Amino acid sequence: MVKFENKEALESYIQELQAKAQSPDRGLISLCSGPGCIIHNSDKIRDTLTEEMEKHGIADKYEIRLTGCHGYCEQGPIMVIDPGGIFYPKVELENIPQIVENTLVNNEPAEKLLFKDPATKKRVVKEEDVPFYKLQTRSIFGKNRLIDPNSIDSYLAVGGYQSLTKALFEMKPKEIIAEIKSANLRGRGGGGFPAAIKWDSCSRHKGAKYVICNADEGDPGAYMDRGLLEGNPHLIIEGMLIGAFAMGSHEGYVYVRHEYPLAVANLAKAIDHAKQYGLLGEDILGSGFDFDLHISKGGGAFVCGESTALMASLEGKPGRPRAKYIHTSEKGFRDSPSNLNNVETWANVPLIIDKGAQWYASMGTDYSKGTKIFSLVGKVVNTGLVEVPMGTTLREIIFDIGGGIPKKKQFKAVQTGGPSGGCIPEQFLDTPVDFDELTKLGSIMGSGGMIVMDQDTCMVDVARYFIEFLIDESCGQCNPCREGLKQMMAVLTRICEGNGKQGDIELLEELGTMMQKFSLCGLGTSAPNPVLTTILYFRDEYEAHIYDKKCPAGVCKPLFHYEIDEEACTGCTLCAKKCPQEAISGEKKEPHEIDQEKCIKCGICYDICKFDAVAIR
Amino acid sequence: MAYNNDIDWEKIDDIIDEYSSDKESLLMILQDINELYNFVPPETIPVLAQKLNVPKSLIYSVATFYKTISLEPRGKYIVNVCTGTACHVRGAEKIIDAVQDNLQIDTGQTTQDGLFTLETVRCLGCCAAGPVFTVNKNMHGGLDRSSALNIIDDYKKNAS
Repeated sequence: MVKFENKEALESYIQELQAKAQSPDRGLISLCSGPGCIIHNSDKIRDTLTEEMEKHGIADKYEIRLTGCHGYCEQGPIMVIDPGGIFYPKVELENIPQIVENTLVNNEPAEKLLFKDPATKKRVVKEEDVPFYKLQTRSIFGKNRLIDPNSIDSYLAVGGYQSLTKALFEMKPKEIIAEIKSANLRGRGGGGFPAAIKWDSCSRHKGAKYVICNADEGDPGAYMDRGLLEGNPHLIIEGMLIGAFAMGSHEGYVYVRHEYPLAVANLAKAIDHAKQYGLLGEDILGSGFDFDLHISKGGGAFVCGESTALMASLEGKPGRPRAKYIHTSEKGFRDSPSNLNNVETWANVPLIIDKGAQWYASMGTDYSKGTKIFSLVGKVVNTGLVEVPMGTTLREIIFDIGGGIPKKKQFKAVQTGGPSGGCIPEQFLDTPVDFDELTKLGSIMGSGGMIVMDQDTCMVDVARYFIEFLIDESCGQCNPCREGLKQMMAVLTRICEGNGKQGDIELLEELGTMMQKFSLCGLGTSAPNPVLTTILYFRDEYEAHIYDKKCPAGVCKPLFHYEIDEEACTGCTLCAKKCPQEAISGEKKEPHEIDQEKCIKCGICYDICKFDAVAIR
Repeated sequence: MAYNNDIDWEKIDDIIDEYSSDKESLLMILQDINELYNFVPPETIPVLAQKLNVPKSLIYSVATFYKTISLEPRGKYIVNVCTGTACHVRGAEKIIDAVQDNLQIDTGQTTQDGLFTLETVRCLGCCAAGPVFTVNKNMHGGLDRSSALNIIDDYKKNAS
């Protein structure tokens, strides 16, 4: 690898790479190898593919590129073959010979392995025509499938680091901040604070300054930052470089979750490569600007996603937040002016510099611009990472892109914003999603976690789940959060166990209001949201638990039992065979019965019955 | 290795050197030691305190604050069940119940033979494959009660 001494040297190298990438005699097979796809053997698929291609003597005709997440995790492992953009979902080892023969040798799609649109029942050939992708605007995430995260050249070939050269050589730091300001880029970590205000404030301070990337993606069920860091690490590095140049900082840190080992590895390699090319280090491309970037690994503490806690953790201390009357832009990491943004915020920066604030601000709503990546998970047909313009409605995301609820079950709620967010019921499905609209509903957009819940999800149990999570994660230094959560947990537990009493709902509301008002940091003030929103929208479920001693969703074990509906049961015997307790008995073709003494309510019979004959009572 | 208390001090020194004895790197140093022994042997703490020039109380404070650090020996196989929201709504609790019953331990405990430790983690970010658990660094997805137990049995067989 050569170090590029100036802008021209880099640009001519990029031209070379782009010419090579466009060469018509070499195709590209891009194979998703994010952790979700690795579970389904994507690494073995590559080996088998190479073997098969060698058999046909076409190994040099195609490049196999192991990429980061393509977003459509439900259909993983995903393979896309260029030219043509032929899309193969759920690729299995035994499909490889057919794909090689049909597509790579004979240049036609392997019909039976193509994606089948569940609505039209027709096969879809191209990635861009798959409904899941078709309705998205993937301006940030779309490049993942073209990039080998371990190759800086593949990033350069798709226009990488050109925003950096533009910023360094054609713009003044103030102009960069002005561009970010007119794009109205708001922080993607959850707060939605305008990035330019922080940048501007940080840029006005003198002395050592730090830029920090928050990759401590702790919201359970949210993994868009992981997808970006693993799949396109140079995009984050480039964003941070531009920000550092604008603010006059020469040192940066990326704080990554320990639970994301692949993201750490890919980012470390990317930093190394950028250093070797002279894109990090001293006198970058001869511009006179110096910038160094380090990785710090988190320790599995959710609270470290809070900016001041994160900085304490970077300093090698326990991650306890501090009061924010002193702004981070004045006194942050090492008591120096610091600027912290989330992974996705940094990822937006090169795009804004490249295409301009006007283009960027043309997407989105009045006060929330650009696109947002959501992690659509839970009881939804198409689990995956979804990028849409701000202002897209919940219904479009969950039903049009997400394909709705599996197994013909009923939608009940969508949980947004992780443990700091809330549960939004069906009547608000047409709400446009942006920073302000979801706040009005008592939830938050947060970093983009979207967990879909169906009729089988108990909302009291969900509230309890989040409170249990937050008890583990509260740093414990302020009373309202530490004690408030414990008391909430005690009340919720007794409700779930059938010992709830009159006044419990009001007590939860009182505790919640106290925590919102008096907790020290954002974790504490938002901690009651899951409880308060479920009370607001699903009060009847709380009441059923407390007064009728019933859990309508069949989750809280002491409050329900399974019964077999005599009329619906066909006597197929499947449940009796699968019951781990041998609690189900009955003659073949006769209605079966559950022995309540033996039943442990594991739910296997309920899940497998094809005739909906197992009922929750 | 879990119960092996013979500490390889040279390796510990290497780890400290790798971070230039920087006290800001305390958490990462502890993580590396944790990785080496599956826990941080308490004997290493006074040494770290001296080499990094920090009070022992800070090391205990960091080691107990962060979930990824264990001060107790852990099993050869660490089963980490994801309890992220997506896995939770897809039945992670049932997986934990099944593993607990099978191994006769509670979450956070290690089997008497030192083979398994059962832990939980809040989201591994493979929500499409949920419920998920990892056994050491291997990920297993799409679990139900019986497939989870089959996987545990495979590890038992491998060990014997």
